[in-house]
Amino acid sequence: MFAPAPFLLKDVSVSQVMIQVCVALIPGIAAYASLVGPAILVQLAIATLAALAAEAVMLRILRKPLAMFLTDGSAIVTAWLIALTFPPLAPWWLIVTGTVFAIVVAKHLYGGLGQNPFNPAMVAFAVSIVSFPALMSQWPSVGLQLGLVDQMNVILGWAPRLDALSGATPLDAMKTALNLSDGSFDVTALLANQDIYGNFAGRGWEWVSAGYLLGGLWLWHRKLITWHVPLAFMASLTALSGALWLYNPSQFASPLFHMLSGGAMLGAFFIATDPVSGCTTPRGKLIFGAGAGLLTYIIRVFGGYPDGVAFAVLLMNLSAPLIDLLTQPPVFGMKDKA
Amino acid sequence: MLMNLFKFKGGVKPPTNKTQSVGLPIAIAPLPSKLVVPLHQSIGGMPRPVVQAGDKVLKGQLIGEADGRISAAVHAPTSGTVVDVAMHIQPHPSGLDALCVVIEPDGKDEWIDRQPLDYAAMSPEQVREHLQQSGVVGLGGAVFPTHGKLTASKTVPMEEMVINGAECEPFITCDDLLMRERAEEVVRGIGIFRDLLRPKKVLIGIEDNKPEAAAAMRAAVAAVGEDFAVIQVPTLYPAGGAKQLIRVLTGKEVPAAKRSTDLGVQCFNVATAYTAWRAIAHGEPVVSRLVTVTGNVHDPRNYEVLIGTPMDELLKLARPHPDTDGIIMGGPMMGFLVPDVHVPVIKATNCLIAHDDRLFPPKAPEMPCIRCGACAQACPHELQPFEMYWFSRAKNFGKTQEYNIFDCIECGCCSFVCPSRIPLVQYFRFAKSEIWAREREKNAADQAKTRFEFKQLREEREKADKAEKLAKAAAAQAAKKAAEAAAAAAVPADASAEATPSASGPAPAQTSAVPAVDAEKAAKMATIEAAMARAKAQREAVQPKNTENLTSEQQRAASDIEARRVAAHLIEPEPATPAGEKTE
Repeated sequence: MFAPAPFLLKDVSVSQVMIQVCVALIPGIAAYASLVGPAILVQLAIATLAALAAEAVMLRILRKPLAMFLTDGSAIVTAWLIALTFPPLAPWWLIVTGTVFAIVVAKHLYGGLGQNPFNPAMVAFAVSIVSFPALMSQWPSVGLQLGLVDQMNVILGWAPRLDALSGATPLDAMKTALNLSDGSFDVTALLANQDIYGNFAGRGWEWVSAGYLLGGLWLWHRKLITWHVPLAFMASLTALSGALWLYNPSQFASPLFHMLSGGAMLGAFFIATDPVSGCTTPRGKLIFGAGAGLLTYIIRVFGGYPDGVAFAVLLMNLSAPLIDLLTQPPVFGMKDKA
Repeated sequence: MLMNLFKFKGGVKPPTNKTQSVGLPIAIAPLPSKLVVPLHQSIGGMPRPVVQAGDKVLKGQLIGEADGRISAAVHAPTSGTVVDVAMHIQPHPSGLDALCVVIEPDGKDEWIDRQPLDYAAMSPEQVREHLQQSGVVGLGGAVFPTHGKLTASKTVPMEEMVINGAECEPFITCDDLLMRERAEEVVRGIGIFRDLLRPKKVLIGIEDNKPEAAAAMRAAVAAVGEDFAVIQVPTLYPAGGAKQLIRVLTGKEVPAAKRSTDLGVQCFNVATAYTAWRAIAHGEPVVSRLVTVTGNVHDPRNYEVLIGTPMDELLKLARPHPDTDGIIMGGPMMGFLVPDVHVPVIKATNCLIAHDDRLFPPKAPEMPCIRCGACAQACPHELQPFEMYWFSRAKNFGKTQEYNIFDCIECGCCSFVCPSRIPLVQYFRFAKSEIWAREREKNAADQAKTRFEFKQLREEREKADKAEKLAKAAAAQAAKKAAEAAAAAAVPADASAEATPSASGPAPAQTSAVPAVDAEKAAKMATIEAAMARAKAQREAVQPKNTENLTSEQQRAASDIEARRVAAHLIEPEPATPAGEKTE
């Protein structure tokens, strides 16, 4: 007997969706690689292998069809997001630990594909930054030019971790400077440091963010994401940072700086839009995106961590089921009653 | 005419696959070897067979009589002999049998005496009656008896009449060809509906992938001299759903719990209008319909097919390819594979699609839902299919209803777009049928409970009635005894009567009067006692007493004592239960 109607199906699949998400990450990855060197590509490879291995082991243990789930691409998306949010010269075992934790605990122990209440990559980031705060805060200093071999030696632990590796992200540097200076530095003076800062945000980082924005817009064009989450995320981040910037431009950086720094663009288009752990109703998505944007700003400016995207998204993941429940759209013919 | 069109949310654009079957004009399908005409071809009451095996019938002769108001008559599709009235497998996914009239054609295709009618001279009731007797039903697929939709609401004025020529399902072209070739009769049929319902506007909606049909309809509307608006609507499945087309043409959204007439709209299919015109103007009942035969065949085409034609015989005309492995009735979005290729064409059959794996590749295995929301964006009723899926899967049917599962029209848009290949519509059908089954079970349980409670009530009432009867009998007995005692006491009273100063008149008169007064008193008392006894009996029915289960001697002794005490006015009389009955 055949499967029932509809007999015609659109040519779509989970792996197609995941592959397109990976494709959309490529512009950002390219900009990132030109900024920090080939190390990021090595980290992407390490994370991918670790994710697939962890996925295979878990599928075997849970007696799920190996081929079907291993090729769905979801583990690769998780792996790439981990590689792109961890410091690019982090030791290999940190990336592997984070990835394995994401796949085993955050994904499969919650029921596997489609069942995880939290974004696995962000769980990995949060667990790692809490467990290994020093390693997770060491970013290569700007201008540090290491070849592939040197970078590999650092990642694989064959070379000592140089001081030059323990820089901060431009975002973190700004916060630290502003906090330390106690008013004597101001944002404009800091931004004038052209070693660290470019035209809008961190030198080179602004192009990475632009790459993610480009990929995100392509995802929207392909209808794999809707506009709600990214727009609400960017709008709330702009609104809050803009208000404080207008209030005191010497102590608070501009909205553009915040948009193009850290994980804002990656978060807005690739992380907060994760359908499994996010909201699904249109109004729910707006609330989710706006909440994530606000929390990102609050954590990165007033909190103790270099960036706030991971915790902001996890906190919103926590609220997503309730938001969805409260924002159910009215059905056909019932709009005037809702 | 320029008109502002509205949009419905969702919808999908599957490949239309319509061009294959529009290249050739409508052909008349040859007489099949036999016709199996199911009696139940419309929503509502099952028509009663009025022929039996051996009867000769003419084309158009009544073979099934409409049963009730919502039901439509069934007719012999050709002349011949009834060879059987028996159960046969139906073109339904269930594969269940239903009562059919099997006719062996005599080859003459000889009509009954057809009586063209002038409907302008008929009352609306007569027109509706005639349509019912001619078996006119909605040919868009729902097969609702058309006469049932042709009475204007008394409370809501009829604003718009929507005529559905959208034909949004892929592969199907029978309405397209009907409008191309027989537009004038369609328009005249619409005229009948218009005259019965008197809407302010008549809007004919045709998807914009059928420009020829729209042009033909416009020409026919002009030729007949009507003011119907022929409107091309964007091709977007399911624009041909009644509620979607009403939305597009009028902007009105008909909620699931309401009928379109509540909002002043009524909707008919173009083919229904055509059959209504044939029934009125030519006296021809519905004995055939247009069927698109397409899919995995050499010669896809539209045929005018007699109702009851076995599907395999019809499919042969289009020369199916040898790898055909099934027949889909209806379109690829909402149709179904018929359980047996011999099942007959019925009034709801608009299309047969020869199925094979090339046209309809086997589905990839079902993956878990990733909540991507594609289904919610595709749903024309703005539901949240993935939520309904979670709860259907978990058999949490209450929750599925909270998410409005009964608003689902099973159009298949959600399944069409799902990247996880989840057969969502199947889950929803499952949930709906489970809810219906539980509802039926609950109703049955409720009925049983009511029956039980009624039985208890009846038993209690019988018990109370009996107790009352007994109490009455006892009271009567007590009254009798009291009367006797009073009579006995009257003798000493006579002696003292003369000593009473107020007493006057002759003593004999007095002696006779006193017992009479006493008897009257006793009777009154007996009534009061009886009432009290009833009250007591009711109390006793609830509370057991230590005077129960006495032997008959004890009982008699007790009642004697009681009688004496009553006589001495020491206590109020106690209703003694007759011993014989007490021991039962």
